Amino acid sequence: MNGYSDLLKTHRFSRRSLLGGMSVGAALASTPSWARGGNIAQDQPIRVGFDELRGDVIDLSVGSGRRIVEGRRSMGVAVNGTVPGPLVRLREGQNVRLNVTNQLKVDTSIHWHGLLVPFQFDGVPGISFPGIAPGETFAYEFPIRQSGTYWYHSHSGLQEQQGHYAPLIIEPKDGEPVKVDRDYILLLSEFTPLNPYFIMSRLRTGEGYFNRQLSSWTDKYPMNAAERRMWAEMRMMPTDIADVSAPTYTYLANGRGPKEGMEYLFRAGERIRLRLINGGAMTFFNVRIPRLPMTVIAADGQNVRPVEVDELQIATAETYDVIIEPGNAEAYAIVCESMDRSGMALAMLASRPGARAQVPALRDPPLLTMADMGMNHDEESGHGDHSSMDHGTAPKASSHDMAGMSMRDTSLLPPDVEIGPGLDMVSMAPVDKTGDPGLGLRDVPHRVLNYRMLSALEPNKDVREPSRLLELHLTGNMERYMWSFDGRMFTSLDDEPLRFAWNERVRVKLVNNTMMAHPIHLHGMFFEVVNGQTPAHQPRKNVLVVQPGASASFDLTANEPGDWAFHCHLLYHMHGGMMQVVTVVGPGEGS
Amino acid sequence: MKSSFFIGIGLTALILPSAAFAQHAGHEGHGEPTETASPAHVNADDPHAGHGSMDHSAMDEDVSPGPLSETPAPPEAGSGPPRAADQIWGTDMMAHARHKEHGKHGNFPVLWVQADRFEAQLRQGNNSFLWDLQGYYGNPTSKLWLKSEGEGEFGEGVEDAEIQALWSKAVDPFWDLQLGVRQDVAGPSTTHAVVGLQGLAPYMFEVDAALFLSHRGDVTARIEGELEQRITQRLILQPRAELVLSAQDVPQLDIGSGIDKVELGVRLRYEIIREFAPYVGVEQTWHVGNGADFLRAKGKDPSTTNYVVGIRFWF
Repeated sequence: MNGYSDLLKTHRFSRRSLLGGMSVGAALASTPSWARGGNIAQDQPIRVGFDELRGDVIDLSVGSGRRIVEGRRSMGVAVNGTVPGPLVRLREGQNVRLNVTNQLKVDTSIHWHGLLVPFQFDGVPGISFPGIAPGETFAYEFPIRQSGTYWYHSHSGLQEQQGHYAPLIIEPKDGEPVKVDRDYILLLSEFTPLNPYFIMSRLRTGEGYFNRQLSSWTDKYPMNAAERRMWAEMRMMPTDIADVSAPTYTYLANGRGPKEGMEYLFRAGERIRLRLINGGAMTFFNVRIPRLPMTVIAADGQNVRPVEVDELQIATAETYDVIIEPGNAEAYAIVCESMDRSGMALAMLASRPGARAQVPALRDPPLLTMADMGMNHDEESGHGDHSSMDHGTAPKASSHDMAGMSMRDTSLLPPDVEIGPGLDMVSMAPVDKTGDPGLGLRDVPHRVLNYRMLSALEPNKDVREPSRLLELHLTGNMERYMWSFDGRMFTSLDDEPLRFAWNERVRVKLVNNTMMAHPIHLHGMFFEVVNGQTPAHQPRKNVLVVQPGASASFDLTANEPGDWAFHCHLLYHMHGGMMQVVTVVGPGEGS
Repeated sequence: MKSSFFIGIGLTALILPSAAFAQHAGHEGHGEPTETASPAHVNADDPHAGHGSMDHSAMDEDVSPGPLSETPAPPEAGSGPPRAADQIWGTDMMAHARHKEHGKHGNFPVLWVQADRFEAQLRQGNNSFLWDLQGYYGNPTSKLWLKSEGEGEFGEGVEDAEIQALWSKAVDPFWDLQLGVRQDVAGPSTTHAVVGLQGLAPYMFEVDAALFLSHRGDVTARIEGELEQRITQRLILQPRAELVLSAQDVPQLDIGSGIDKVELGVRLRYEIIREFAPYVGVEQTWHVGNGADFLRAKGKDPSTTNYVVGIRFWF
């Protein structure tokens, strides 16, 4: 029970504000006035790290400037002069007016990721509003109907890659259910010296352009010659884990590179809430704190029953809140490896400024397996005789296994999928893999989070049986870098939205016919992941990862009228066509 | 330390329905809630239990399988394009915004230019040069594709050169059908209609095959294949083969009917950056049949071995 006194002692100084930690040196530096919002001139340097804004009226300004990360430079896009942009801290039940001024030479926008808002304030140009023209100020106005950890970012062009993202926290109106001594934000993202349009163009023209871990005669991948021939025969790359990665990217923790000393102070025995936000454009991070378990208490802003793990994979655009209780060590490393293990974002839990823990080396890069192609014989049962397929831990399938199998048997697809050059693979036997901890984490010797471990803390209000099934196929062509739903790429002139009747309860099944994991994001509503929990406790999320060659389902109560974006949250996949509009008809508006 | 955590859990529990907490307590330390699903929810009579589309784990037993087949949206879901924002921001404003977004998402075009071979060919006696360029502008499935190949001896000017302008249409995930014209700009001026197929064959062979019909009615064909063998991330071995076929003798172009020319080469390049790679290599060319005779008649050797030095670049 001495925990109580510790808790009270530390409460005083640590609750002063909810800061994203601080870097050595920068902690004492005074903030220049220009960085406090308002005008930033084109050639001004962008400051690293974020301030905090709260209140009923919040002014945000989007501008451009120079960024330097670990000596590498680029032009960036910043909100109020910082990357990440300022923490917007709100309170459930308040009304907020957010005035967003565009100081760029091109249109901008802000999408409030995960927030329940009237659709016209959702911030997607061409779908929810016209966008914010240069020099214009747009006022977003809406009541705050929820609480939790969220973020906001541009939905215009590729500005998100350039730094236009920031955390957003909403305090529950009845107080936090979990008491902590410190409350920290860890926003993960990437920095690149390259122009994002150059990246997009190279993804279309240069196969594997950003991958420095391609298979070669001298690699150390555990593949034999037959396996290598099989991949070549299929014209696929088993190393295709991330389309863009290090060294093109430097992975960032609250805007800081791994050598830039991001640190969070703690005292032994304290309980710390760490709000993990993946604000990256293209990266899944594997997050672990060696010697320190993490108790997950929220996913995508919504509370879940506490579940203790040693590592978790956070997909692009997901958020997880975890509780950690550092012990007597001087420091702990928060290690956030990119899924392809080309690099890491890094932060330290430090018992005194400057304390450092040893950082483990990057683990070996993972490889795609036959299971990631949708070959799932006995995949989940674990006792089948096709030992080569089990758990997808090693690509042991021989070319013999491929005999007579088609990588693209389009007869397996429903008739509403358009079959064309944009579809290079059809998953042979897609199974639900919400129990998959993610590429590279299937065989680690410790506890890893997966979706089946998530269970909603507060019961869901709508537990009706879904009245219909909507099956959507995630489709693509890696070689041409085309991405689509049901074989059709998005243009905002797309006149065939996914339509839902008012308050309709629908099960949406996503089938991944590609060899990449796609984090599919629905705007404006939470859905409940069909993960084996009872309907009342299926976890509410707004991003759902569909593993390669697999399926995943969610139940949706369509009760937020309007048009909503629905897309893969990998920025270049969305830009490459994997986007759709969801239309929810308002009460009494139906035909 | 640990105790304060449990205090936290205790506080959490106070505001939770007790059942929820009880279930959670049952999971403590397992980290696998799905394995301890309450047996009370299992419906043994459920015909779908264990037979649904997701019958691969025990977890399905206590949840409904949901609807098993896809059905259309009800009429209450409405119809037509998504235009909710038009009512709020105005039809014109939204049409303008949609127009601006159109072309940015999905099918937007890119430009690509490549010199696959840009080299000096060294052999005893006469040294020559060769270029093999191509480029396109277009979206992933429809492109304007330009190609140019040519060669000549140093000091003697261009001997042989052609330009092709093709419309390239994706007909398969890995293959483009190409239709257009080829103009020979060195040697006897000849115009050809072109039908070609370019793409990636199984085992990662890059293939460019084309059939040419000249304005004089001659039919010829050319098949090129390349393979990229990565030795390291930057050092790449590229074997290459080319086959020229002809339906008839074309003496003014030194082409003989049947198999006219076979070319086999291998190039080793080092990618300083992906876009720029110097290379060295060796290439053997055989002219056979009547084509070889045409060359011999001109005092040329129908079989040549070249050592090549060049750069491969693209942007």
